Amino acid sequence: MTQDLDSLEHEIRAALSAASDERALEAVRVGALGKKGSLSERLKALGAMSPEERKVAGPALNDLKNRIGEAIERRRGELREAALAERLRTEKVDVTLPARFEPVGTIHPVTQVMEEVIAIFGDMGFSVAEGPHIETDWYNFGALNIPPEHPARQEHDTFYFNPRADGTRMVLRTHTSPVQIRTMENQAPPIRIIAPGRTFRSDSDQTHTPMFHQVEGLVIDETTHLGHLKGTLEAFCKAFFEIDEVKMRFRPSHFPFTEPSMEVDIGCSWEGGELKIGAGDSWLEILGSGMVHPNVIRAGGLDPDRYQGFAFGMGIDRIAMLKYGIPDLRAFFEADLRWLRHYGFAALAMPSLAEGLSV
Amino acid sequence: MKFTLSWLKDHLETDASAEEIAEALTHLGLELESLSNPADTLRPFVIARVIEARQHPNADRLRVCLVDPGSGSPVQVVCGAPNARTGMTGVFAPPGSWVPGTGIELKVGTIRGVESNGMLVSERELQLSDEHEGIIDLPADAPVGQPYARWMGLDDPVIDVAVTPNRPDALGVYGIARDLAAKGIGRLKPVEAMPVAGAFPSPIPVDLRFEDPASTPCPLFVGRTIRGVRNGPSPAWMQRRLRAIGLRPISALVDITNYVTHGYGRPLHVFDADKVTGTIHARLARDGETIAALDGRVYALDGTMTVIADDHGPESIAGIMGGERTGCTEATTSVFLESAYFDPIRTATTGRKLGINSDARYRFERGVDPAFVKPGAEIATRLILDLCGGEASDLAVAGAPPIRSRSYPLRMDRVRTLAGIDIPVEDQIGILEALGFTVAGTDAEIVAEVPTWRPDIDGEADLVEEIVRIYGLNAIENVPLPRLEAVTGRRITVAQRRRFLAARALAARGFNEAVTWSFLPRTQAELFGGGQPSLVLANPISTELSDMRPSLLPNLVAAAGRNFARGFADVMLFEAGQVYGGDRPEDEHLNVTGVRRGMSGPRHWSAPPRPVDVFDAKADALAVLAAAGAPIDRLQVVAEGPSWYHPGRAGSFMLGPKNRLASFGELHPRVLDAMDVPGPLVGFEVDLDAVPLPKSARTTRPALAASDLQAVRRDFAFLVDADVAAERLVRAARGADKALVQNVNVFDVFTGPSVGEGRKSIALEVVLQPRERTLTDEEIDKVARSIVTAVEKATGGQLRT
Repeated sequence: MTQDLDSLEHEIRAALSAASDERALEAVRVGALGKKGSLSERLKALGAMSPEERKVAGPALNDLKNRIGEAIERRRGELREAALAERLRTEKVDVTLPARFEPVGTIHPVTQVMEEVIAIFGDMGFSVAEGPHIETDWYNFGALNIPPEHPARQEHDTFYFNPRADGTRMVLRTHTSPVQIRTMENQAPPIRIIAPGRTFRSDSDQTHTPMFHQVEGLVIDETTHLGHLKGTLEAFCKAFFEIDEVKMRFRPSHFPFTEPSMEVDIGCSWEGGELKIGAGDSWLEILGSGMVHPNVIRAGGLDPDRYQGFAFGMGIDRIAMLKYGIPDLRAFFEADLRWLRHYGFAALAMPSLAEGLSV
Repeated sequence: MKFTLSWLKDHLETDASAEEIAEALTHLGLELESLSNPADTLRPFVIARVIEARQHPNADRLRVCLVDPGSGSPVQVVCGAPNARTGMTGVFAPPGSWVPGTGIELKVGTIRGVESNGMLVSERELQLSDEHEGIIDLPADAPVGQPYARWMGLDDPVIDVAVTPNRPDALGVYGIARDLAAKGIGRLKPVEAMPVAGAFPSPIPVDLRFEDPASTPCPLFVGRTIRGVRNGPSPAWMQRRLRAIGLRPISALVDITNYVTHGYGRPLHVFDADKVTGTIHARLARDGETIAALDGRVYALDGTMTVIADDHGPESIAGIMGGERTGCTEATTSVFLESAYFDPIRTATTGRKLGINSDARYRFERGVDPAFVKPGAEIATRLILDLCGGEASDLAVAGAPPIRSRSYPLRMDRVRTLAGIDIPVEDQIGILEALGFTVAGTDAEIVAEVPTWRPDIDGEADLVEEIVRIYGLNAIENVPLPRLEAVTGRRITVAQRRRFLAARALAARGFNEAVTWSFLPRTQAELFGGGQPSLVLANPISTELSDMRPSLLPNLVAAAGRNFARGFADVMLFEAGQVYGGDRPEDEHLNVTGVRRGMSGPRHWSAPPRPVDVFDAKADALAVLAAAGAPIDRLQVVAEGPSWYHPGRAGSFMLGPKNRLASFGELHPRVLDAMDVPGPLVGFEVDLDAVPLPKSARTTRPALAASDLQAVRRDFAFLVDADVAAERLVRAARGADKALVQNVNVFDVFTGPSVGEGRKSIALEVVLQPRERTLTDEEIDKVARSIVTAVEKATGGQLRT
C-alpha cells in the first residue's frame, strides 16, 4: 500500500513537472484529484476497507492528497510567472516615442497681474468695482473736477463718439477714475474699492497704445489721510514686486481730482541690461495718487466736510512689464502666439497671497 | 521749463549746487527732466592761437596751421576754413576729443599728405549755433590755453523741469526761485521793476474794444513807445541764456521779450511803432479776417478769437503770436511794447483752433499773474533802454488788472488730519508766507490770502497741499490702513470671479489668452453685427480702429490669420472682454470667446490629427458655461447661430426661449473670405452677463444619491429622417422613465445606402439605474419598450432590428 502510494506520488509529480502550460496542468489535476482521478479513486476505496486498514490508509491518502494539491498550486504559480514573463518580453514598446499631443494654454499677463492686484488689495479690504468703457463727459471729466476748458482735457487725448441729437457726446473713458464717482453714488462710506479695467487714449507710439489697462483705487471714510495712502502703496509695492524692502519716492504733482496730489516712483537699477526693482539709483514712475478733491467727493454725492480719503491710478500693463521684464507694450495686444506662450502664465497658477503671487 | 543755474541765481541767493537744486525741485513737484552742463561736452576744447597759416601744398582750399593750444608745444593742424589765418585766435580740438556737431572722435590723420593733429572748430561743430562759414574767430585778448566753454560762460548747468498745468507761476525763473526759497534753498531776491519815467506821452494810444463790456477776453492792456532804439543783436550773455534753453537769438528787441517771458513768466510783444497806424487796440476778430503771423503762415480768424489790431486790421493773435506786418526788424528805430492779460480759456481755444503752440500761449492759457502786467512792461522797458538805447514814453493803460482777492480758511489741525503729519503752526504759516500768501488768524484757524500768481489755489485742501509740498512728502509717516475685519471676506463678486474661472478653464483646455483692441475696422464690425453710428469713433487713431467691437470674434479671427501667416497653422486663442451693443452702460457685455483654427494637433505617429470642427467649439462653449456656473442640465441647444456662422454648422445654448447664453460653430465661409483668413476655423462666444447668478449662497450640497445596485446598459438604434435632431431622440429616451433612465449617450450616427436615402441611423446607449432593488428582466424589457415608443413617437423613426 505504502509502496503503491509512493509510486503514485512519484508518477503525479513527474506529470506536474512535465506540464508546460496551465491546460496541461489542469489535465494532471483532473487525472489525480478529479472525480475519477487516481487519488480520488483510492479515497473512494477507503469505504470498503476494514476499520483497521482504514486507520492506516486514510491519513496516508489524505496526506498525499494535500501534498499533491499544494504541488499543483505551486506549479500553477510557476507556469503563470513564466507565461507573464514571456508576455512582458514581447510587449516591449519604444517609450522614447513622443507622448500624445495636448495643447498647453496660457493666461495673459494682464489677467494674471489683475488677479495679483486683486489678491493684494483684497487682503487690505478693497473690493472690486467696475464701470462702463463708454462714458459720459460728466463721469470722465466734469465730476472729476475737470471743467470743459481745463488743459488736462487736452492732455488726455480723448476718443470721442459722434454727438448725439441732444448735442452731448460720449467718450471712451481715458482713465478708470469715473468708477470713483459711480461707486460713491452707489455705496455709503466707508468705501474701499479698486477698479481694474480698460482705458483708452488716442495715442500710439513706442510706449503708448490707444488702449491700455489701469487699476483705480479709492478709499473714502472720515479719517483716512495721506500717510495711509503712502502706507498702502508701500505695502502694495512690497507685495506685488515680492521684495522685503522697497525704495520709494513720493513727489508732489497735480491731478484735477486729487488735492494734495503725488506721483510715486519706485527705486530700480539697470545692471547688465536687466531691470531690478526696489533698490538702486534710478527711478521709475509707477502711479499717480492723492487725497480725493472735495469737488470730486461732492460730485459723488457725499459731503466733503465729513468725508475724505485717497485715490490712486496705476497702469496694469506697466507694472506687468516691470515685474516680469516684458519689453514692449504694443506686443501685449498683438495676440502673437509666440509672445503669449513666452510671457503667459500657467492655467492653474492662480495668484494668492498665502500661496505666493508668482512662481 | 528750462533755465540755467546762473539765471536762477539772479533771483536766488544760494550756495546750493546744481544737483542739490535739481533734487529739491523734484521734491517741490517741479520734476527734474534733465540736468546737464553744456561745458561738459566742450571740456577738451581750448582757446588757441594760430601762429602761422600756410597754403596746403596739395590742396587749394586747405591751409596748414601751426597752432599754439597754450601748452607751449605748437601742433600742426590742416584746416579748410576760409577764415583761417596767421595770428587769429580760435578754438582747438585735440586728437581724442569728441566733436558734438559731427559725432566724430578726432584722430591724428593725414590730409592730402600732410599730418593733422586735431582741428580748429566752427560753432556748428560745437553745437553752439548753425554757424559754419568759418572757424570760431575770437578776440585777440582771449586767453590762450583756457577751456573755451568756461571763458564763454557756457559752464552754466541747464536745468529742465516738468511743470504741471496748475503752476503757471513756475513758468518763469523767478517763480521757480520763489519755490526753492520757500523750501529753504537760499533767499529770494526782490524783483526790480521800478517804473520808468516817461519822457513823452505814447504817440500810439491803447484801447479795449469789446462790444459786450461784461466779456473779458482782455481786461488789461498796457504799452508804451520807445523811440530812437538800435535793434542789433542782443548781448552775448542774453544770447547764451536763450540758446541754453533752446531759443534762437533773433534781435535785441525780440530776445528781450523772450527773456522776460522765460525769466518772469510774463509774455510780451514788440511792434515796430512806425508800422502801426492809429490806436493799438484789443478786440475780437471778425469772421473772415486773416493774419500773416511771424511764423510765416497765414491764419484765418473768427469771432471767438482776440486780436490786437490797429486801423489797418489785426497785427497779432492775442497771447499767441505776433503778425508779420508790424514785426520788429534790424531797421526798427521806434518800438511799441505790449504787455497785457488775455483770458486763459479763450487763448487756449484759439491756439488749439489755429494749431499754434508758442511760449506765450503756453503761459497765457495757464494764467499769467494779472498783477505783473505793468511790472513786466517796466522790466522790459529798462532792458530795451539798456541794450538798445532810446527814450521811453509814458505807459499807456487800458482796463484794469483782473485781480479777484481770494482768501481761504485753514484749520491748523487740517494738515494733520488730511496729510497725516504734525507740522508746527509757525512752520505752516512760514511756508505760506514764503510762497506769497498773506496770513491772518489764530493758532486754531488762519485765513490765507492767495497771491495773484497762484490761480490754482482754490480752498483749504490746496493750502494743505502747499504746506506739505514745501515741507516734503517724505516726512509723512507711512501708515497701514487699519483692517476693517479680522478676516477679509469675499472681495470680488461671483460675476467678477466667473471671468477668471472661465479664462483658466480655457487655458487648461489649451487655449492661449489674448487681449485685443476694443475697436476694429468698420468692415469687420459690420460682418459681426456692429457698425451702428453710436459706436463709431469720431476721432479714431486709424480706419483700422474705427468702430467699437460688437463681438470678440473678429479680432481673434484676424489674430488667427496673422499667426497662420507666421507659420502657426494650429491656433487656439480666446479673450475675455467687453463687447459693445450700444453706448449705454447696460449695452456693454462681458464675453468669453475663443477660436480654433487648423488641426486638432500636430501629426502624430499613433494617430493622425483631424481638422477642428463645430463640436470642438461646442465643447469649449460648454466648458466655459460650466466654469461660469451656468445650469448646464437646463440648457437647450438650438441649431441656430448668429449670421457670421456657417448656417448649417452652428448652434446656440439657450436658457429659455429668449436668453442666448452662448453660440458656437464654424465661421461662415463668406466671413473668412472677407477677412482673408483660411479655414478650418471654429469659434464660440459666451455672454457671461447672460448667465444667471446662483440664487442662494448656500455652501452645503444636497445629499449624495449613489446607488449600490448594478446599473443596466441597453443599446438601441433608430432609423429616422436625416433632418431629425439627435437631441430629440435623447430627450425622448430620457423622458421615457425619468426615475430609471440615468443617462443617454449617442454613440453612433450612420448614413448610407443601407439605411436609405434621406434617412440616418442613430444609436443610443441608455443607462438604467435602479434605486431600490435589482431590476427583473421583465422590468428592463418594459422600460426598453417605453423608450422605443417614446423615441418613435417623438421622431417618427423606427427601431432598427
